Amino acid sequence: MADSKQLYQEVILDHNRKPRNFGTLENASHTATGHNPLCGDHIGLALKLNGDAIDGIAFHGEACAICKASASMMTSTVKGKTRQEAETLIQEFRDMATGKLDLQRQPHHLGRLAVFAGVHDLPTRVKCAILPWHTLHAALHSVASTSTESEDDPMHAPIGGA
Amino acid sequence: MSAIQASLKSRSSSLDVERIRADFPILKLRVGGKPLVYLDNAASSQMPQQVIDRLVRYQTTQHANIHRAVHYLSETATHEYEEARRKLQRFINAREDREVIFTSGTTEAINLVMHGYGRKFIGAGDEIILTTLEHHSNIVPWQMLCEEKGAIIRVVPINDAGELLVDAYEKLFNERTKFVGVMHVSNALGTINPIKPMIAFAHARGVPVLIDGAQAAPHMTVDVQDLDCDFYAFSGHKLCGPTGIGILYGKAALLEKMQPFKGGGDMILSVTFEKTTYNVIPHKFEAGTPPIAAAIGLGAAVDYLAATGMDKIAAHELDLLDYATEQVNRMPGVRIIGTAEKKAAVLSFALDGVHPHDVGTLLNEEGVAIRTGHHCAQPVMQRFKVPATSRASFAFYNTLAEVDALVAGIRTVQKIFG
Repeated sequence: MADSKQLYQEVILDHNRKPRNFGTLENASHTATGHNPLCGDHIGLALKLNGDAIDGIAFHGEACAICKASASMMTSTVKGKTRQEAETLIQEFRDMATGKLDLQRQPHHLGRLAVFAGVHDLPTRVKCAILPWHTLHAALHSVASTSTESEDDPMHAPIGGA
Repeated sequence: MSAIQASLKSRSSSLDVERIRADFPILKLRVGGKPLVYLDNAASSQMPQQVIDRLVRYQTTQHANIHRAVHYLSETATHEYEEARRKLQRFINAREDREVIFTSGTTEAINLVMHGYGRKFIGAGDEIILTTLEHHSNIVPWQMLCEEKGAIIRVVPINDAGELLVDAYEKLFNERTKFVGVMHVSNALGTINPIKPMIAFAHARGVPVLIDGAQAAPHMTVDVQDLDCDFYAFSGHKLCGPTGIGILYGKAALLEKMQPFKGGGDMILSVTFEKTTYNVIPHKFEAGTPPIAAAIGLGAAVDYLAATGMDKIAAHELDLLDYATEQVNRMPGVRIIGTAEKKAAVLSFALDGVHPHDVGTLLNEEGVAIRTGHHCAQPVMQRFKVPATSRASFAFYNTLAEVDALVAGIRTVQKIFG
């Protein structure tokens, strides 16, 4: 069994206590709400796209430490990146969280987001970490609302209930 | 040992918890190197060796389909299945065994009443009274009925302690009120509702009452004749029995008036393509091959509980709850949600600045199993303006030392989150 205390590292606790880019965004061009019906958590995400570049990003909502820290670190990471770079990170983060990406052996761009690798040993918490990324994917594709439980969503991860 | 712990220990001495724990093999498990502290009994309880043995004996020496063949095994299985029904009848003091219907659980039992009674006797503009405390399983079936028939749901509010406002309940009644559904004990808060006077009030106006007893039957003596409820539903796996089995008790006169819920074998007397005649109760509501082993296992579970003594179980669990409440109340930064005067076996709480999911994951690290989330009672969460709670729920095999482990675990969580 994984030692879940390892997941609750200082960096995650810090982002939970002081989430970056937390709040609203004026003149947002893309928004989406992500919802995890299993636990009731929800994340609202607003983006400002300038051409292909993510110029601004903010999130708000109510969520656990894993989800809030994931959202905080995600927004810090994708700010200034292109849509394509963000899409790549979404895919890599999801693969890491579901155990499909071996950080040691396979190339990736996750950097310090690798602190979330341990979540894959906690099946019930995978969705908490993925929800913000799921919501970013929806916002980039102009889907107003999404859920970790929507079957046809490419981010759907079949994990046990809360 | 604190003074309160010592006094509680003497109070609950009538129940030999260590001897009881020896009956439950799963309680010897270690989780992540720590002894399992299982405090998620409101979700599902554990099974004693006596019930496991009964399932094995049935499966190794008694199994065949029931109510069908004339051979030895079929007759044996039929006898044991019907004997289990009589054990359940005695457990809830039903007047007759045919008033006890085997279902897959509480959810199916409530759906059975919705389809069998609701769809036949509730129509457009009729009103159904439910309460804020209800589990989704006693809300959603009635919403489905309302959507189909154009009936209306009225909701009994609760106070800040999580107690039903009985005055408000009484004021909801009018000439259109056709049905009342109320839970006996709240799964999210532990509130014991005053169902007996509520039933009497409804009956004085000719309105039948369904009681969701999922969280009551495992923790206290239930006497359906004394309560005078029309329907009483509960699940086997919450009272030391198998999953996939539960009970709907219904008054015979009502069950006879109702339409079948599911069609199929065993629920008929004769079938032609022109006309089918339905079987008598309870068989009218038990279409198809039932979970025979699970029913017999549930019979063994209520035998075990009855031998242990429901009153002793209730007294011990109240000791655990009182002790846990006192300990948690002393901790800064913890708020108990659900502070009703009469409570059973459930301690829901919120930690300042820590989401319940993080509490659950970190307590698991200490071997402590609790439930976190909305407990399938989102209206309750909305009432208390929380997205979720952490919930410790006790069974008679839990100990004061396990409450201490819970409290120590909460302290560890607080330390990590600083």
